[in-house]
Amino acid sequence: MKKELKLTVNGQPYDIYVKPKTLLSEALRDHLGLTGTKRGCNSSSCGACTVVLNGMAVKSCSILALQANGGEVTTVEGLARGTELHPLQKAFLDHGSFQCGFCTSGMLMSSKALLDENPKPTKEQIKEGIDGNICRCTGYNSIIRALTAVVKGEYKEEK
Amino acid sequence: MSKYSVIGKRVHRVDGPEKVTGSAKYTFDIVLPNMLYGKVLRSPHPHAKILKIDTRKAEKLIGVKAVVTGKDTPGHKQGIWRRFPELCDEEILCRQKVRYIGDAVAAVAAIDEDTAEEALDLIEVEYEPLSAVFDPLEAIKEEAPQIHDGVDLNINITRHIEWGDVDEAFKKCDHIREDQFKCCSQAHVCMETHDAVASFDYSGKLTMWTSTQSSYYIQRLLADMLDLREGDIRVIKPPTGGGFGSKFELDSAQFCAAVLSMKLCKPVKIVLTREEEFTATKRRTPMYYFVKLGAKRDGTMLAKEVRVITEGGAYTAMGATALYLTGFFSSFPYKYPNYRYDGYRAYTNTAPTSAMRGFGAPQSTFVGESQIDMLADDLGIDPIEIRRKNGMTPNYEVPGQAYIQSCGLHQCLDEIEKHIKKRGKLPPNHGIGISAYGFMSGGIFNWFDTPYAFSAALVRINIDGKVDLFTGACDIGQGSDTTLSMICAEELGVRLEDIRIHAADTGICPADLGAWGSRETLMNGNAVKMAAADAKSQIMEFAAAKMGVNITYDLDIKDGWIHIVNRPERGVSYYDIVKEAIRGRDGNVIIGRGHYTPHRKGMISPAYSFGLQAAEVEVDPETGRYKLLNVTTAHESGTVINPIGIEGQLEGAIMMAGGFGFCEDQPMDEGKILNPSIADYKLIRSLDMPETEILEIDTYEPEGPFGAKEAGEGLTNPTAGAIGNAVYKAVGVRINDLPITPEKVFRALREKEKQGKKSK
Repeated sequence: MKKELKLTVNGQPYDIYVKPKTLLSEALRDHLGLTGTKRGCNSSSCGACTVVLNGMAVKSCSILALQANGGEVTTVEGLARGTELHPLQKAFLDHGSFQCGFCTSGMLMSSKALLDENPKPTKEQIKEGIDGNICRCTGYNSIIRALTAVVKGEYKEEK
Repeated sequence: MSKYSVIGKRVHRVDGPEKVTGSAKYTFDIVLPNMLYGKVLRSPHPHAKILKIDTRKAEKLIGVKAVVTGKDTPGHKQGIWRRFPELCDEEILCRQKVRYIGDAVAAVAAIDEDTAEEALDLIEVEYEPLSAVFDPLEAIKEEAPQIHDGVDLNINITRHIEWGDVDEAFKKCDHIREDQFKCCSQAHVCMETHDAVASFDYSGKLTMWTSTQSSYYIQRLLADMLDLREGDIRVIKPPTGGGFGSKFELDSAQFCAAVLSMKLCKPVKIVLTREEEFTATKRRTPMYYFVKLGAKRDGTMLAKEVRVITEGGAYTAMGATALYLTGFFSSFPYKYPNYRYDGYRAYTNTAPTSAMRGFGAPQSTFVGESQIDMLADDLGIDPIEIRRKNGMTPNYEVPGQAYIQSCGLHQCLDEIEKHIKKRGKLPPNHGIGISAYGFMSGGIFNWFDTPYAFSAALVRINIDGKVDLFTGACDIGQGSDTTLSMICAEELGVRLEDIRIHAADTGICPADLGAWGSRETLMNGNAVKMAAADAKSQIMEFAAAKMGVNITYDLDIKDGWIHIVNRPERGVSYYDIVKEAIRGRDGNVIIGRGHYTPHRKGMISPAYSFGLQAAEVEVDPETGRYKLLNVTTAHESGTVINPIGIEGQLEGAIMMAGGFGFCEDQPMDEGKILNPSIADYKLIRSLDMPETEILEIDTYEPEGPFGAKEAGEGLTNPTAGAIGNAVYKAVGVRINDLPITPEKVFRALREKEKQGKKSK
C-alpha cells in the first residue's frame, strides 16, 4: 500500500506516493529522476548517496523516504544556480578532486553540510567531515585541498 | 613560453562539469522504455554438481518475465585468453558444476528489482556437494579434488622466465638470502558496481550499455558466447565508476542481461549488489613467494631465483597474465645478470583471481623491495646505495625480454635521498622505508587474438573547425578522455575546447583493447597523435596553396593560427582555411586516421616508467598500531601531458596500494569471503590518508606521444613494500605477509622481546 510523501527537493515541493519500504535514495532516483545521487553499497557505509536533509548530511540509503516526510532535501542537482556552479563544484574542477565521479555527488553534499555548519573548519575537521565518504580514485587529498581553498575564500559565491 | 600550448597545462577534465553537477549518466542511471530488471542466482557451495534446476515456481510469480539457466545459452565457455581454448573455462551460467561460492546458476528478469529478488528464492537447485580445496598449496597435492576436468593437480598455468646462469652465479655470491612471503587478496571496490543494460530487439541486434574497461572485449566476448556476429553487437561505455582491473572481462551482469534480453526482446538491466561485487566478481591474486637472492659483499646483486604459487580461484580469468607479470616484475627495477622465475597458478574453489591495478607487480614489488632491504641490512649497506648500485639505467636490455629506453630511476634515488636527509633525525618509533618500482606502458600481448591494431583513432574536422575525436579508449575515471583530447588539440594546433571526444562506443569508434596495463596514454596517445597529424597534413595542403609559400618553408598550427614556422606572424586562421578546404574537396569532410601496434619492442611493453617512494610511519610499540604519516614519491613518466591527472593517479594509488599494505584483505572460511561489505572490508578513509608529496622527474620517452609514458598502475607497486620497510626501520620487526596489520606487528614485537630476553 503506497503512502503519500511530501518533500521539498532543491526548493521544489513534491507530492508523491511511495511504498513504505522505499528508501529516500530510491524516492529521489526512481520517483523524481534525480540520478545524481548514487548507490554504492545500499548499507550506509560508502557515502555515495549522501544528500543534505534539513541541513544535515544524511546517507539517503539509510533512511526510509517516509521518514523524511515534510523535510527539505538538497541533492547535487541543487548545488549549481542555473549555469553558475557552486564554489565547491568550481574548486573540485580546479583541484581534480574526482576521477570516476561516482562518489562525487555524495562527497560534495557532505562537504556542503560541513561548510554550512562550520564555514571555517580546520584540516582535521575537513577530514572528519568527509570520513564517511569512500573515494576509491583520488586518495582524498585533492578533495581536502579543494575544501581548504573554498574555506580560504578563493571561490566566492556570486550573488 | 612553453613549447606546448595544451600539454602540461592544469586543465579541467573534459567530463568535469557533468561529473560535479551529478548530470553524468552512468550505466547505473540508464532507464529505457519497457525495461526489465534482472537478478542472478548464485551458488552457496564452493564445489558441487548441479543435479537439477527447477524454475517453475519462480516463473509463476507475478511480475516475473523470464528465468534463464545455462540451458538457455549456447553453452560455450569464455575467457580472455582466446588464443588458448583450454584457458577459456568459464560458462558464467553454470550447467553441470559450480566451482566457487558465487558462481552463477540462473538469472531472472522481472518488472522491478524486488520482484526479481523474490523470484530467486523460488528457484530450486538441487546440488551434490563435492569436496573442495581452497589453498593453492593444498590444491596441487595428489589427493586434492579436481576442479576442472583434465587439469591434473589443478595446475592451471605455469610460467618460466630465465636468463644468465643462475646456479653458477649463486656459487660466486658472498651472501645469499632465502625468504618466503605471502601476498593477500584485495578487492577492487569500484564505487559503481558491475552493471549492464542489454537491449536486444526484433532487428536481431544487441546494444549494451555497460560499466567496462574495454567495450571491444565485451563486444567480442558476447559474440563468442551468444553465437552472434561481432557487428551485430554494439557496446557503449557511458561514464564508468571505476575499474581498477575488474571490468575488462565479460561478467555475469553483462552476460545474464544479454541472455534475458535475447529471450524477451526487451531491455534488461542488471546491477550487482555490493555483496555480489565482493563475492562474485574477480579480485587481486593472492601469491606465495619463495625467493633466493645472492650478492657480492659490496652489494652487487648477481642472481635471483623466484618461485611463486598463486591462488587462481575457480577460473583462469586474467590470472595467466598476472602470473607472467609478477615473474617479470620480480626482476624490476634492477639489472640482475642472472635470473630465474617459475610460476604456478593453481585452481581453487574460491572466487577467481585476476587483474587488479599493478597486475602482479604490487606483489612482486612488496616481496622484492622487502628482501633487498633485508639484504642491505645484512651487508651493512644503505638502502638507497644498494638500489643505486643495481638499479636500471636508460637504454638497458633486460636479457631476452625487454628493452628500456628512458629511465629516470637514478634521479629519483637522488631526490628521495635529499628528502630523507631533509627530514633529519626522526622521533622515536618513527621510520622511513623506501621502495623502488617500475611498470609497463601497455602490454605487447595478444592472447585475446585481436585482428585489429592495439589502438586506433579517427579525427574529423568539421566546417567550423571543431574536431570530433573517435577512440576506443575507455575513460574509467583515470582521465583518458582528457589526456587524449589534450594530445589531439596539441598536435592539431587548436584549443582544447575545440575537441569533442567520442569514446568507447563500438558502433562508432575504432576497435581498441581498452584501459588496462597502463596502455592508454602511450598507445592511444600515439594513435590519436597520428590521426591528428593526418588531418593536419590535409589542412596544410590547402594552407600552403592559399598562402603561396615557398615549398622549402615549414608550416605549423598553434592556437588556431596556421603560420610559417620561422615567421609566425605570417599566417592565416585555421578556422578560415578549414571552411575553404572542405569546400574545395567537394564538401568531403577532413578525416584523419591513426593507429598504433607496438613492434620490435621486446616481449613486454614499448616503454617503462620508474620511481622511488618513501613512506614514513609512526608505530606504537605497545599495541602494534601504526599511522601512515607521509608518502613521498619521486616519479618519472616521461613528458607530463595532464598534470592534474598524474597527481590524481599518484594520490589515488597511495590510497589503494597503502590499503594493500596496511589493511585490505579478504579472509575466507571454507571458500566464503567473510567481509563482503564496505563496513567490514577496511579501506583507507580520509582520516587515515597520509600526507602526499610528489617529486616529478623530467624524462622523455622516444616511443611515447610527445615523450609520455604510463602514470597509472606503476604507482600502485611501491607502497606496501615502503610501509613494510618503514615499520622495520621504526621498531625492528619485519612482516612478510600482507597486509601488515597492527596485530601482526604486535605479535612480532612480543616475539622479538621474547627472543631478546632469551639471548640475555
